[in-house]
Amino acid sequence: MAMDGKDMQLAATEIDVRLRLLRFNPERDTEPHFEEYTVKAQPMERLLDCLHKIKWYQDSSLALRRSCAHGICGSDAMVINGENALACKVLVKDLKQPITVEPIRGLPVMKDLIVDMDPFFQGYLAVKPWLITDDHEREPDRERLQSPEDRARYDDTTKCILCAACTTSCPIFWADEEYVGPAAIVNAHRFIFDSRDRGGRERLEILSLKDGAFKCRTAFNCTYACPRGIKVTKAIQEVKQAALFKSL
Amino acid sequence: MATVHDVYRKNKPKAFSADRRPSSFEVWSWFFMRISGIILLFLVLIHLYIMHLIGEGVERVDFAFVAARWQNVGWKTFDWTMLFLSLLHGANGLRIIIDDYVASPRKRAAVKTTLYTATGLLLIMGTAVLITFDPRAGA
Repeated sequence: MAMDGKDMQLAATEIDVRLRLLRFNPERDTEPHFEEYTVKAQPMERLLDCLHKIKWYQDSSLALRRSCAHGICGSDAMVINGENALACKVLVKDLKQPITVEPIRGLPVMKDLIVDMDPFFQGYLAVKPWLITDDHEREPDRERLQSPEDRARYDDTTKCILCAACTTSCPIFWADEEYVGPAAIVNAHRFIFDSRDRGGRERLEILSLKDGAFKCRTAFNCTYACPRGIKVTKAIQEVKQAALFKSL
Repeated sequence: MATVHDVYRKNKPKAFSADRRPSSFEVWSWFFMRISGIILLFLVLIHLYIMHLIGEGVERVDFAFVAARWQNVGWKTFDWTMLFLSLLHGANGLRIIIDDYVASPRKRAAVKTTLYTATGLLLIMGTAVLITFDPRAGA
């Protein structure tokens, strides 16, 4: 919807934004604690801009990850007012103040908003998220063609940016970091249902293991948390169904 | 003074590993939960209706009531199926919850051993009662 002159003026007016950040410095603290900050920002600015203002002008010791700052690299997933989201995709005007920002849950905090992503990426690597073919020894002499229908089969799960918002919103993952996690299953789905791929059986076997896809209890937190709008729980159910029918 | 690396080493998290023997146990356990859940829904509702809602409800359930009911092999099968499915369904659910929340391998083994022993004992006791039940014993 187009903004009229008054709306534009309001959007450009800087307001005081209060933030509560969960800080943890392993060299000094034993437990994380909240610290409060106030920055000036326009309502249409993103939460990431506020965090930048804190880091650049108020407290340079604040540690956070961000890279592209445009919702594609997946570096700045955080718990924002209790919900997982990307700080670069949430606008100040949409957040209740004080804005509470915490590191994503279920992974060990290394400093402030930075967590150790190792368990997340180990789960991801375990499902072999690459194209597996049965003729990889041979130099391909033509393109691997695919019909639009076959491409559409796994379209939703190609959108994943590995931000970990889904996996770290999962109550099963909070309790047990050995759970492979929704993001890994989404990325397995992307290849299991790709008509050009030949590793589906192998991936389904991996996801049938203990702490694999069948540990999912359809809490739907992942679907709610995904900043890319992937129907994560649906993808997990499709993987479970494929694994079950393979076993039957 | 602890550094980031010290903290990391101390809290080095566990993670999923595919480096294991393939097993479809979890697939079957998941499938069992779905099927037994659906069957139990009917069995338990019928059980509740018969035992608690008809007539004077639970007040009328005594030895004679049970003896009359178990004259019929169909009701014996009904009760044993409910016993078997509810015990396995419950025990399997608890097994999964234990895997979630009991992190220490030793504690996990202890809690699971207790669970399996209790489940096995209840199953044996219930089955023994059903098989050896003598309707003339009360007379």
